[in-house]
Amino acid sequence: MSRLVPHPLLSALLLLMWLALTRVSLGQLVLGALVALVAGWAMARLRPARPRLRRASAIPRLLGLVAWDILRSNAAVAWLILTDGRHGRRRSGFLRVPLRLRDPSALAVLAIIVTATPGTAWLEYDAETGVLLLHVFDLVDESQWRDLIQTRYESLLMEIFE
Amino acid sequence: MTHLDAVPLWVALPAALLLVLGSGLTLLGAFGLARLQSFYDRLHAPTLGTSWGTAGIVLASVLLFSWLEGRPVLQELLIGVFVMLTTPVTLMLLGRASLHRDRAEGSAAVPPAGNARPADRGTAGADGARGAATPPAWP
Repeated sequence: MSRLVPHPLLSALLLLMWLALTRVSLGQLVLGALVALVAGWAMARLRPARPRLRRASAIPRLLGLVAWDILRSNAAVAWLILTDGRHGRRRSGFLRVPLRLRDPSALAVLAIIVTATPGTAWLEYDAETGVLLLHVFDLVDESQWRDLIQTRYESLLMEIFE
Repeated sequence: MTHLDAVPLWVALPAALLLVLGSGLTLLGAFGLARLQSFYDRLHAPTLGTSWGTAGIVLASVLLFSWLEGRPVLQELLIGVFVMLTTPVTLMLLGRASLHRDRAEGSAAVPPAGNARPADRGTAGADGARGAATPPAWP
């Protein structure tokens, strides 16, 4: 965390991305390093809460779980659109889920998961009470959806971040 | 199109299947966006295109061009990563704006602000702070 490279991981990833998008040459390396450094300084100015990873080894498990769940819900929502919501019997609705998760980075990841999954939309999070308001496309069983968020994602995210 | 003739079946078949899967899901998402009735239902449809719709097309591209160029071509995956990271921002913004508007109009179809807290004062300010607290925290 030196002053020159305040966010080493971010800068390294940006440099890698730069090289992947252009070609690997000395000129591009210098240019990419410059961009990565400036982005690191800009990020330091924003003073974000630095995410702490407690157990990074659980990240591949989370990624696999999310990719599979998103594929499944893609199929489910595609089917619902095709069949006109089980011929008009589909019921969508709002759902409140109390969360124990408090880490801002973990909440950001959860927001991405919930939004990227077709069938659930993140609407509002109350930081005081820790209650999340979702909109669910096919709300058959409320407790099942609550369970999905709390035991499938929240506990894994708490394991990684808190 | 001549170089595509050289692609063997075991590459062409999965690539074609992934391409059809991805574009089919994206089409269904667009169809749903046009067909669904309420705004909140419509929020769900485009995510078909931004999740496995994008992933299918990107994976097909990775597969085909990795074979054609004889080296792993992975920069397409960045498209998927960025689409995945940026769509929540737009969708949350739209969802919250709609929720705020429906509440301001006193619609009974949306749940009230807060959780069993009668005072509705200062919700907009608290909302702004909350909105800022979640998304930019991404590293």
